Amino acid sequence: MVVRVQETAFDLGAEVKGFAEGCDNAGAVVTFTGLVRDLASGDLDRMLIEHYPGMTEKALSKIEAEAVKRWSLNESLIIHRHGMLRPGEIIMMVATASKHRKDAFEAAEFLMDYLKSRAPFWKQEFTNDGAEWVESKSEDEAALGRWS
Amino acid sequence: MIDVLYFAWVRERIGVPKESVETQATSVTELVAELSAREERYAMAFSDISALRVAVDQELSEFDAPLQGVREVAFFPPMTGG
Repeated sequence: MVVRVQETAFDLGAEVKGFAEGCDNAGAVVTFTGLVRDLASGDLDRMLIEHYPGMTEKALSKIEAEAVKRWSLNESLIIHRHGMLRPGEIIMMVATASKHRKDAFEAAEFLMDYLKSRAPFWKQEFTNDGAEWVESKSEDEAALGRWS
Repeated sequence: MIDVLYFAWVRERIGVPKESVETQATSVTELVAELSAREERYAMAFSDISALRVAVDQELSEFDAPLQGVREVAFFPPMTGG
């Protein structure tokens, strides 16, 4: 069970390969990757991701521990970046490994749902017109309901 | 003394990311009232508590959480990770 919060970019292929090869006798690996999405207008210049050092790592570890309680996982990995990113850049990834695919799929969804609204990250979008903080979506909060 | 941290637009409105506050407040709500009475920038940042979240010693909490023995309180908007 690994959590990494970092400013530097990471190599998605190498991370997934390392994860898949390191998860002892799992039969299934599920990964999710989050990218910086451009605005509908195509005007996004860059995105700042702010976080709360210390609490971020604790919150992610807590979410991960909860996933381990609920599903049978061989291994899990969360990598989340912070700092200034460009459209199309990779922000974060989660990976889960289990004996059979159902646990890995469900645990990955659970991790993403919780990470969206319970891990202390905030996004700010920069265009030529200025900067706007991204507002949380009510459907992200509602998504947690299915796991309670 | 309690360390008070602010993130995202709360940090921008208050103008600092972190400060040490000498307070007699016994709950987060009392701390908010104390700060709001101090200066306009706090009153503005805390004008709509329903738009804010609070963490006490790096754990998400409620605004009625007690402050006895607490070292760190953080205020921020709803989180947008992922």
